[in-house]
Amino acid sequence: MTDPTLLSGRGLGSTFGGVTALADVDVDLWPGEMLAVVGESGSGKTTLLNVLSGRLMPDTGVVWYRDPSGTLHDVHAMPAPVLRTLHRSDWGFVHQDPRQNLRMNVSAGGNVGERLMAQGERHYGNIRSVALDWLAQVEIDADRIDDLPRVFSGGMLQRLQIARTLVTHPRLVFMDEPTGGLDVSVQARLLDLIRSLVARLQIAVVLVTHDIAVARLLAHRIAVMQRGRIVETGLTDQVLDDPRHPYTQLLVSSVLNA
Amino acid sequence: MKGYNFAYLDDQTKRMIRRGLLKAVAIPGHQVPFGSREMPLPYGWGTGGIQVTASILGAGDVLKVIDQGADDTTNAVSIRRFFARTAGVATTTSTAEATVIQTRHRIPEKQLREDQIIVYQVPQPEPLSRLEPSRVETKRMHGLADYGLMHVKLYEDIARYGQISISYDYPVMVNERYLMSPSPIPAFDNPKMDMMPALQLFGAGREKRIYAIPPWTRVKSLDFADFPFRAIRAPQACGLCGATDSYLDEVVTDNHGGRLFVCSDTDHCSERRAGFEEAAE
Repeated sequence: MTDPTLLSGRGLGSTFGGVTALADVDVDLWPGEMLAVVGESGSGKTTLLNVLSGRLMPDTGVVWYRDPSGTLHDVHAMPAPVLRTLHRSDWGFVHQDPRQNLRMNVSAGGNVGERLMAQGERHYGNIRSVALDWLAQVEIDADRIDDLPRVFSGGMLQRLQIARTLVTHPRLVFMDEPTGGLDVSVQARLLDLIRSLVARLQIAVVLVTHDIAVARLLAHRIAVMQRGRIVETGLTDQVLDDPRHPYTQLLVSSVLNA
Repeated sequence: MKGYNFAYLDDQTKRMIRRGLLKAVAIPGHQVPFGSREMPLPYGWGTGGIQVTASILGAGDVLKVIDQGADDTTNAVSIRRFFARTAGVATTTSTAEATVIQTRHRIPEKQLREDQIIVYQVPQPEPLSRLEPSRVETKRMHGLADYGLMHVKLYEDIARYGQISISYDYPVMVNERYLMSPSPIPAFDNPKMDMMPALQLFGAGREKRIYAIPPWTRVKSLDFADFPFRAIRAPQACGLCGATDSYLDEVVTDNHGGRLFVCSDTDHCSERRAGFEEAAE
């Protein structure tokens, strides 16, 4: 590829006590691309996500982020205010449990508007109309705008979290098992929503999942992790249809065909 | 008074508080921690304000103490007498004559001057405390000037009640940098803090914080462009002096629903009435 990467990690390593969570991991992400990181529990997927997003300092290696002007930044050398601003504007983080991200005692509209207000938007009418627009985009009825998230269903909470994250049009979103814990039909709707939003807004996504079906549906490229290492990486269809590494073969063959 | 240092506090403590005050003045609106001492009155009665006053008081100062605008309520009378006894300073109820004014819940109606200092008693110095329970997190938010959360609260107010419903302790931005709690003064008094000629000092005894606004500093009440800040007062005139521009207290006068609106600033009210009498003579 000739395009410059948006985010790249080189030689990432991280240990917790004696346990190796990441070892010698290289990752590249291009603008508008969706990369799925798959692997079993404890394989280091979430650690990788935390390291890439600057939330966890790696023991070795470096993460480079290219800002809109083309300048490269070492994510872990950034001053805290800059990183925080980045997390509130150009980046987004979607948690598996929306309660971690949402403010449960603030209305849906306030939740969607918070990032706008943190960026300095000081016009109530504008914030409200943007919030209404985003609620419509994630298929939440406009008359729920003043309801508290605690009266929302699990699927609605997850959609609200996505609206709250995407309202500032980030270029890069980290997703940690966004469809985990939802029932199958809600999951399907959510996947559909994520796919269309990401494609339309040209957002680059690092998606952590243990669900091969989610990865196949959403991701352009896939990285398979085992014991802290990336054992296989490539185009999603290629890797899943023709797995080379024994662990990937095991992973693919263990999926039930519905 | 025998057996006590001038103005009750020992000199080491006063020095420590003055160092805190200097830092607070240098960083307008920033909360400076200090080693709050045990005072001979309970927390919540003005232990923070009284320690700041004790530290800045000189033998030639004239002290005025107000509580909810009044000079004659228990808290005001007790603190005034406390300093009259332990420091032997002159006390007054007149805003114009005072050099140091300690206050709870009000700013005097009369415009303060450059040679005056106003000391606020503060129960909760952290403006974000009700929104973010973690002190660690609010300190980080102040450090990064990350105040979107306060506006979320204002947004919620408008969404729920159609207007910003904070009537006292209305959050302000000081010098376009620090979000600050003005102590529980009515929002009506907020505009008086902006570009005030007098030095404003804030002491929170229980929470062990000092902060300050130097003279002629910009203080802006938070709002939205389409929902601007409004200073609200009861729409009546004072029942005693007839003022229509002062902050009013509602007083129940009998058991038959009788009500009287009077100036909360007693000195302002009596001065106006004295002025009418002179004019009549």
